Amino acid sequence: SKIYRIAGQTDTASNTVLTPLVEIGRVALVNYGKEYGRLIVIVDVVDQNKALVDAPDMVRTQMNLNRLSLTDIKIDIKRVPKKKTFVKAMEAADVKNKWESSSWGRKLIVQKRRASLNDFDRFKIMLAKIKKAGIV
Amino acid sequence: MAPSTVRSARKSRNPDLVRGVGKYSRSKMYHKRGLWAIKAKNGGVFPRHDAKPASPMAELQKPPKFYPADDVKKPLINKRKPKPTKLRASITPGTVLILLAGRFMGKRVVFLKQLSSGLLLVTGPFRINGVPLRRVNQSYVIATSTKVEISGVNLEKFDDCYFAKEVERKKKKGEGEFFEAEKEEKKAIPQQKKDDQKLVDDSLIKSIEGVPDLKSYLAARFSLKSGMKPHELVF
Repeated sequence: SKIYRIAGQTDTASNTVLTPLVEIGRVALVNYGKEYGRLIVIVDVVDQNKALVDAPDMVRTQMNLNRLSLTDIKIDIKRVPKKKTFVKAMEAADVKNKWESSSWGRKLIVQKRRASLNDFDRFKIMLAKIKKAGIV
Repeated sequence: MAPSTVRSARKSRNPDLVRGVGKYSRSKMYHKRGLWAIKAKNGGVFPRHDAKPASPMAELQKPPKFYPADDVKKPLINKRKPKPTKLRASITPGTVLILLAGRFMGKRVVFLKQLSSGLLLVTGPFRINGVPLRRVNQSYVIATSTKVEISGVNLEKFDDCYFAKEVERKKKKGEGEFFEAEKEEKKAIPQQKKDDQKLVDDSLIKSIEGVPDLKSYLAARFSLKSGMKPHELVF
C-alpha cells in the first residue's frame, strides 16, 4: 500500500521533484473500477484509505485512494465545496487544458486515438510511416 | 334478410349447472330437442338414411402389389420454412469486408447485396484484387466500418441461380481416353460472366478511386501482426 507524504514534512531525498500529496484540491486519475480513466478532484479525506472525490459531471462519491493515480495538478478549493463553487474553481484553474497539455495527458489521448483506429486508418498510417521512413 | 335455412352456431339447449352436469334430464332433453316431433313426422320411427353406394374412386383403387416386410413409420409432416439469414447490422451495401477463409483469405472486398439463400454477394473489384463476383458466407467475414459508394450499380440480375454449377452431360466411360478427356475439360469462364463483372466493377472502381488510398487498401491483404489483439481491434 502506498504511503502518502504528510504536508509539512521536509523531503530529505530530493527537494526538487516532489511526489504529489493527497490533499484537498488534488486532481487524480481513476485507475480502477467503473470510473476508470476519469479525472477527479479530492474534495475531502475520509480516513487513511478513503477520500471523498468529485468531478463536474459526476455524483460526489468516496473512493479508496488505491484506485487513484495522483497527478501534479491542484486546484484551489476549501474542504467539501458546493458543486457550483467547485465547478467554478475547476474552470479557474483550467484543469482540462493543463491536463491535455501535460505529457501524461497527451499520452492517454494518443492511446485512445490509436485504440479507436479503423482497419483503413491503420493501413493509411502504415503507408505514412513507410513514406516517412523513405524521406529520412 | 338471411334465409331461415341458414343456422348460426347454436348454443346447447342444456345449460351446465356444474361442469359435466346438465340442467335437464335425458327425457326432458328428448322433449326439448323435438325428437318426438321428428319421429311423428316420419311415422313413429327415426328417419334412417341408406348406406351410400361405394364411390367410383374406391373401385379403382387396386390392392397394392407389394407390402413392405416391416411396418415403416411415416415421418411427420414438417411445414417449417427457414427464415432468411439475418444480416449483421454492420454489413450494409458498400461495406468493405475482410474474407477470413478460402482462396481469397485476407482479401478486402466490397459487399454488394445479400442473396436469397443468405449468402453475401461480393466483388473485389476484380481489377483491383482479383476477387470476382462471388458468394461468401457471413460467418467467414469481418465487416469493417469503411463504406464504398455503391448506388450506381445494378445488381438485379444476380441471384443464387447465377452461380449454380453447370450440369455435366454424362460421360461414357472409355477406359484409356477417360483421363485425357478430364484434362481438356478445364472450363473457360463464359464471356457473359466477364461482361457482368466488368459492368459491376466499372462504377465501383470510379467511386473507389475518389477516395485516397482506398484502391491500394483493397489491393492489400489483411494479416494479424505482432501485438495486434483481434478482440481489441476496431475494424
